[in-house]
Amino acid sequence: MKKIEAIIKPFKLEAVKAALTAIGVTGMTVSEVKGYGRQKGHKEMYRGAEYTVDFNPKVKIELVLAADQVDRVVDTIRGAANTEKIGDGKIFILSVEDVVRVRTGERGKTAI
Amino acid sequence: MALLAVPVMVGPTFAADSQVEETVVQLAYAVDTFYLLMTGALVMWMAAGFSMLESGLVRSKNTVEILTKNVALYAIACIMYMLVGYNIMYGGGPNGFIPGLDFLLGADHTVDEVLKSGGKVYYSSMADFFFQVVFVATAMSIISGAVAERMKLWSFLAFAVVMTAVIYPVQGYWKWGKGFLDAFGFLDFAGSGVVHLCGASAALAGVLLLGPRKGKYVLGKNNAIPGANLPLAALGTLILWLGWFGFNGGSELKISNISEANAVAMVFVNTNTSAAGGLVAALILSRFWFGKADLTMALNGALAGLVAITAEPLTPSPLLATTIGIMAGLLVVAAIVFIDKAKIDDPVGAISVHGVCGIWGLLAVTLSNPKSSLVAQLAGITTIFAWCFGTSFVVWLLIKGIMGIRVGEEEELEGVDVAECGLAAYPEFTKE
Repeated sequence: MKKIEAIIKPFKLEAVKAALTAIGVTGMTVSEVKGYGRQKGHKEMYRGAEYTVDFNPKVKIELVLAADQVDRVVDTIRGAANTEKIGDGKIFILSVEDVVRVRTGERGKTAI
Repeated sequence: MALLAVPVMVGPTFAADSQVEETVVQLAYAVDTFYLLMTGALVMWMAAGFSMLESGLVRSKNTVEILTKNVALYAIACIMYMLVGYNIMYGGGPNGFIPGLDFLLGADHTVDEVLKSGGKVYYSSMADFFFQVVFVATAMSIISGAVAERMKLWSFLAFAVVMTAVIYPVQGYWKWGKGFLDAFGFLDFAGSGVVHLCGASAALAGVLLLGPRKGKYVLGKNNAIPGANLPLAALGTLILWLGWFGFNGGSELKISNISEANAVAMVFVNTNTSAAGGLVAALILSRFWFGKADLTMALNGALAGLVAITAEPLTPSPLLATTIGIMAGLLVVAAIVFIDKAKIDDPVGAISVHGVCGIWGLLAVTLSNPKSSLVAQLAGITTIFAWCFGTSFVVWLLIKGIMGIRVGEEEELEGVDVAECGLAAYPEFTKE
């Protein structure tokens, strides 16, 4: 089992969710996050004075799935979230030891 | 038949005439009193405008405290002006410099007094007090924005007591109480000087003694500190714009005949168009200067136009009033940037809006009012600034020595809401 953590631009969330639903992904967890990578922060003007926004707002999508589905899901996220501009985000793939469904106590793949 | 009818009519017509005349006087008194009360109520609503504008332009951790200051200063102004301020301002004095001293409010006019005055007494003296008291509160409201996010609540309120009881009424006496500035020919229709420059001068003295907010000027760099809630700032500005029709329109003090009604309408039109000119000018200037349309500058531009036209909203043509507003809108953006570069930290731009544009408005009187003189306007500006800045500086200094004027560093970083009021404005949201 693998966990995918995708950091994307906030306005791409709807497109990514729709694309993932279309290929049969049944659930995900989403959170609003802030951060920067190569894009760095940016400068804004307020009443004639500059200020730096160091952390850009992003959305983090987390989903856990069977290892054989990873490539397809990653491609789908990339395809939907890509604007070909700096700051599009990153996708992290992590190994998951186990999954437990709270209601039934099921474990492993059946609990996903 | 016609000749016969005339003498028959004469007797009853004379009796009816004097009765009609009396009824007209009574009605005119009622209308003018009503007008003063309603415009006063509009000016009272400016307290809401200042509250919203200021809470919109500070950070969310300082919201409760700025609101507390705004409602408390309004209440303090109402009480202090009733106790003593009104009498200092309108009680007359021995020589035009030193005001009289008296307390509380006298009885209102009797019916006989009004009828026998020959038109000189044409509205209730209680209505006059009500209309005047809301102006004091406006002058005090100007100060709270400039010293926002770092001044101690109780030190600010202590200053409000002195400001509304003495500092404002004394210079008010010099102009509107028929003191020496009035005699010298200084013109200020609704208070570009007496209200706005006065408040801004006191604010400047406070800001200089208080210093900038933590993190505003670090290592020679000038950091912007964006306001928390621009919808509130926009709402506050529009409320002030509405209230200003009372501020300037009411200052005509009479509406009950054709020429007075026309004058009031003219004041409304000019007040409105000057604000519009100020807003458009500030919006366009900020777009070209900073590269982006800065809403807060546009809002300040509207207020700048309103402050500038306040000194003379009656004699300019609407086109000239718009031009006065446009000049104020350009001036206010430049003043805000300049004052910020001078490291004088004024979070809402109060000193630029009310001080710089108040001065511009007083000078602009000479553009349209043939009775004005530049010398008298300059004398008024200098006197009001010197008095309000000087006395305020001393009072702030005394308060600083007795109880301090600035919150501790940790309290400032944590936000004065929790430190001073023990409350968060939005307790269900996490703070940064």
